[in-house]
Amino acid sequence: MSTLSPALLAAAPAGPSLADFGKDPLWITIIKAVFIFVFLLLGVLFGVWFERKLISRMQDRYGPNRAGRFGLLQSVADGLKMGLKEDITPRTVDKVLYRLAPIILVVPAFLAFSIVPFGPMVWMFGQHTPLQLTDMPVAVLFVLAMASVGVYGIVLAGWSSRSPYAILGGLRSSAQVVSYEIAMGLSFVGVFLFAGTLSTSEIVAAQAEGGTVELGGFTLNLPSWYVVLLIPSFLIYAITMLGETNRVPFDLPEGEGELVGGFMTEYSSSLKFALIMMAEYVNVFTVSALSITLFFGGWRAPWPISLWDGANVGWWPMLWFFIKLVLVFSAFVWIRASLPRIRYDQLMAFGWKVLIPLNLGWILMVATVRALQVPENNRAVVFTLAAVVLVGILAIWFRFDTVLQRRREEKAAQIEAEFARLQAEPEAGGFPVPPLDLPHYHGAGRKEVPSGSN
Amino acid sequence: MGETITFWVLAVVSVSAALGLVFSRKAVYCALMLGVVMLSLAVLYAVQDAPFLAAVQIIVYTGAVMMLFLFVLMMVGVDSSDSLVETIRGQRFWAMIAGIGFAVLLALAVGQAAIGDPAGVTGANQRAGGNVPALAELIFTRHVFAFEVASALLITAALGAMVLAHRERTRPRPTQKDLAKARFVSGYPGPLPGPGTYARNNAIDMPARLPDGSVSELSVNRVIARHDVEDGRLPDDPELAEAIRQAAAEEEEHNASIAGPKEDR
Repeated sequence: MSTLSPALLAAAPAGPSLADFGKDPLWITIIKAVFIFVFLLLGVLFGVWFERKLISRMQDRYGPNRAGRFGLLQSVADGLKMGLKEDITPRTVDKVLYRLAPIILVVPAFLAFSIVPFGPMVWMFGQHTPLQLTDMPVAVLFVLAMASVGVYGIVLAGWSSRSPYAILGGLRSSAQVVSYEIAMGLSFVGVFLFAGTLSTSEIVAAQAEGGTVELGGFTLNLPSWYVVLLIPSFLIYAITMLGETNRVPFDLPEGEGELVGGFMTEYSSSLKFALIMMAEYVNVFTVSALSITLFFGGWRAPWPISLWDGANVGWWPMLWFFIKLVLVFSAFVWIRASLPRIRYDQLMAFGWKVLIPLNLGWILMVATVRALQVPENNRAVVFTLAAVVLVGILAIWFRFDTVLQRRREEKAAQIEAEFARLQAEPEAGGFPVPPLDLPHYHGAGRKEVPSGSN
Repeated sequence: MGETITFWVLAVVSVSAALGLVFSRKAVYCALMLGVVMLSLAVLYAVQDAPFLAAVQIIVYTGAVMMLFLFVLMMVGVDSSDSLVETIRGQRFWAMIAGIGFAVLLALAVGQAAIGDPAGVTGANQRAGGNVPALAELIFTRHVFAFEVASALLITAALGAMVLAHRERTRPRPTQKDLAKARFVSGYPGPLPGPGTYARNNAIDMPARLPDGSVSELSVNRVIARHDVEDGRLPDDPELAEAIRQAAAEEEEHNASIAGPKEDR
């Protein structure tokens, strides 16, 4: 898409900016809000079906194919069943919070979707209005804020259930969401630095055309989608969005082997469980939509389509947005089909000791590049600071590397010595090994005969 | 108009939440009420043309600080009562002084806003071209030193907490490999026996019978066996009762052995 000269790209009509919001009459706002609500509800309904269908095709089976054509009505049937089942409330729970928790979980999930841009300015019932419910100067932070309110639902669901599994699951998953939120917030910084704004509609507009950068007399066209330009940011975001939504491989809260159902153990049936599940799927849609907005050019058409003049105007962009959303969601399913669940300590160590430091280093590099792009900046200062930081990092790295190397060698020597000692002993240090000179071994020196050759 | 309505609605919500915070008996409800107060504040900030402050208020205070509070409350448990012993000498006196100082500060701040002509955030926002750039300009130029000092203070506090919570390991933490090795050397690497082939019941404190009819002590949970012995809940079958007593004795021995050299517990 990107390295083509701007002439090749269709003249990108400037998308809506912050100034275009807050002018809608009330009824247009209500239409948009209802549309998002219905979109998400249907998305959950058919998202579950799509996920089950796709994952079963990946596992060589058919998946739901009984209710309706292609099993399309399976989720509807499941939902009806949940609505009609007896609503069991365990006797010992804290009744108020037990009922409140699923609601606290689901409301912010829906709210967060309100800043997602679906498309450019369109004419809707005689009103010229952007295809986005609302936007604000801190729209991306709003998503983070809603995510951190949603964590209350998890914690309270775990606490109010009064069950050890639930409280452990609740603590685990909230600790996970809170720590991955930090890495997620840091992965936005690169985008903010390049887009120069925190508003979603303007970030999409900033990805309409790649900027240019002067490097030693050459003018380089930067790619327009931030996924290319800021690939480390995107990769970290992609990992954190799995952690943030508690999806495989980070779905430890529901590690069945250890925690039964995690914080939702006591929500065994009924609509409360349906709400929790809905919140989970809506969160997946929100982070997917955010990844599209921040890294994949939002509702803008990808390259071959963008050659067509009408690609980025009117109602068409909604289709591109939807296709991108389906693709990102499919990636979620694909990951779920391929990866096993990781251990809890590995998860936390990965988040805090790998993702966050990597992210900070990357932000430093992005900021340096941005500082060089500002013309009135003193380049000598930037270069000197960069050199100082670089030398410091290299010194620290060499120091740690030699220490680690020494430690590794010591460990290897220790293992070697232990093997030598155990081999010399006939008892093998107390391990239950059969004596290696038994007759059917033909002696220890004989070469192994591969099976099937005799 | 909209601002006034929002203010009065939020005033009622946040004041009643604050009262709930003071009068609620359960600590978790108190924390939740505080969360509601913080959210109302965030909305008020947003209405007053400070969206960045609103978002940060929710992310930092509601999302991180209150969450830590909740964590601690849950770890401590609902039933633990407060200790009423005052350990700091003269703390009432100093608390009173701090309270009066805070009241004076508050009165000064409110007086400043009430008496003078309030400038409003709108003007500052417009001059810098938006709320976020305006804040950034102030934070990274005029108040950069204050922010650095504040961050140094926070890092020092975090370091202090880590030092207080830190325990030096006297021996390296056993890895999975070490544990597996120890299990094999112990002579019994497999899992403990289940309820047994000839189980007559599936109660967790009933020893299993092995295929040869003998009783397996290993199949009883030692902790439960100890409780059984202490509460006198032993089965009628003398063989089974003996096995439970045996397991309880082992538990006692185990407890005595870890009570001596206490480490990594």
